[in-house]
Amino acid sequence: MGAERLSHEDARAAAERAARASYGRLVALLAAPTGDVALAEDALSAAFEAALDSWPRGGVPANPDAWLLTVARNRQRDHWKSAATRSSVELDEEGAGAVTVLDEVDPDRIPDRRLELLFVCAHPALDPAVRTPLMLQAVLGIDAARIAAAFAMPAATMAQRLVRAKRRIRDARLRFAVPTRAELPERPPAVLEAIYGCFAIDRGLPTPDWSTSLTGEAAFLAVTLATLLGTEPEAWALAALITLSSARLRPPGAAYLPLDRQDPREWDARLIAEGERYLRRASGTEAPGRFQLEAAIQAVHCDRARTGLTDWPALVLLHRALVATAPSLGAHVALAAALGGADDPAAGLRELDALPATAVACFQPYWATRAHLLAATGHPAEARAAADRAIELSGDEAVQVFLREFADGLGSRAAGTAP
Amino acid sequence: MRYTLLLHYPEVTEATGDEALSPEALAEGQRAFASYAEVLTRAGVLVSGEVLRPSSASTTVAMRGGSLVIQDGPFAASKEQLGGTFVIDVPDLDAALEWAKQAPSVAWGTVEVRPGAVFVRDGAWVPND
Repeated sequence: MGAERLSHEDARAAAERAARASYGRLVALLAAPTGDVALAEDALSAAFEAALDSWPRGGVPANPDAWLLTVARNRQRDHWKSAATRSSVELDEEGAGAVTVLDEVDPDRIPDRRLELLFVCAHPALDPAVRTPLMLQAVLGIDAARIAAAFAMPAATMAQRLVRAKRRIRDARLRFAVPTRAELPERPPAVLEAIYGCFAIDRGLPTPDWSTSLTGEAAFLAVTLATLLGTEPEAWALAALITLSSARLRPPGAAYLPLDRQDPREWDARLIAEGERYLRRASGTEAPGRFQLEAAIQAVHCDRARTGLTDWPALVLLHRALVATAPSLGAHVALAAALGGADDPAAGLRELDALPATAVACFQPYWATRAHLLAATGHPAEARAAADRAIELSGDEAVQVFLREFADGLGSRAAGTAP
Repeated sequence: MRYTLLLHYPEVTEATGDEALSPEALAEGQRAFASYAEVLTRAGVLVSGEVLRPSSASTTVAMRGGSLVIQDGPFAASKEQLGGTFVIDVPDLDAALEWAKQAPSVAWGTVEVRPGAVFVRDGAWVPND
């Protein structure tokens, strides 16, 4: 072992690096035999604490993961032993079995069971609303308070939901295994959906709050899932979608600009190249799924960095396919906006008019898109009313400023001044 | 790990005004349950199985105000009643759900899959592993 003396800060940094890279891998391995995720997390956090105590004195071990696994495994064993003592019976079968299974793990060749853990977190026996938070905590080690902030929920409520979900995984004994597509065709989509959830939380906000942003975490999970599944086109497409979208994230405090007004030179070329690489791996033999279409839409937008032009006809086609594949309210509104970009705002308005009034009443993107399409078809007064409604519905100050300027610009046009 | 499949479904009773099941439908249901029990037995997962008489034959016993009260009828009067139970011993919930999907009554009711906590073996309580 490189017994170089470390400051407490260096040891902390090393422990945190190990935590970031190995957290999910170690939790998956510790929890799989008994299904007790909470116990695995407790044992692992005790191991991290021990590392902070021991590494500054003895140096960072050659294989930090193996070190952490051994300490955490001992913690688990202590827990089972004391539980067995309390109930005055021999170590029950479950605990004894788990110890044996873990003893067979060669610390130098730690298997990766994160995929199983991801599938447990998105298990059909769990409430869909808890799946994304559970993944963030069990696979990435993000604490309940930060997850709660991202989901705009009190920390205690989120913590309680996570505790309940983990208890359910243990008590009902959910299977830690990767189901084949033939077994349960709905399982991979549920995992993708939950990872998309980490990303969608941010995407709902035009200028995400970076202290609570989960986009980086979502990208990490998506790439991990795609890599572990190997050849699942929709998994690679989700990785592409998230990576391409993060290439265009605006710096904190930046003024809001809609996509087509952004300067492509400000985008992250490295992330665009990475996202395009994932998208190429996503091409399968079947008809493109929802995430492939969404990623392709992002790729078309990003292509402006190369060509200087937006291929609006291609975007209209992709949005039409998306509406046919996954007909959400957002998909319809995005198609309307694409039609506007392709110089057919009247068709965009027709698309919007076909949506049920009750569904769109409080949907901010509908009103913002409607305002722009009405302005483009020469209806400044109605456009201003729609913009006002969009401003009312927007929780983001930067977006409000942008829409206010847009509405004021309409005012001068309405008064007869040249646009 | 033991799971109990609780079969809930609407009962065909005079009270609900429904017509009684035809003898053919009844025989069809009995055949379906018989073959379900056979499949579970062959797979070596069946601990016990029971289909109950309608809740109109039920009697409840409870302590009310310090004395035991015996009443006719089921625990709760609702449209769906507990109609039967199957106890199975399988490795995990996913396996239990696969068996639950094959229960004949999923076609006309709900199958609740509930893990057991403890059970009696040779007169002593044993924790469900």
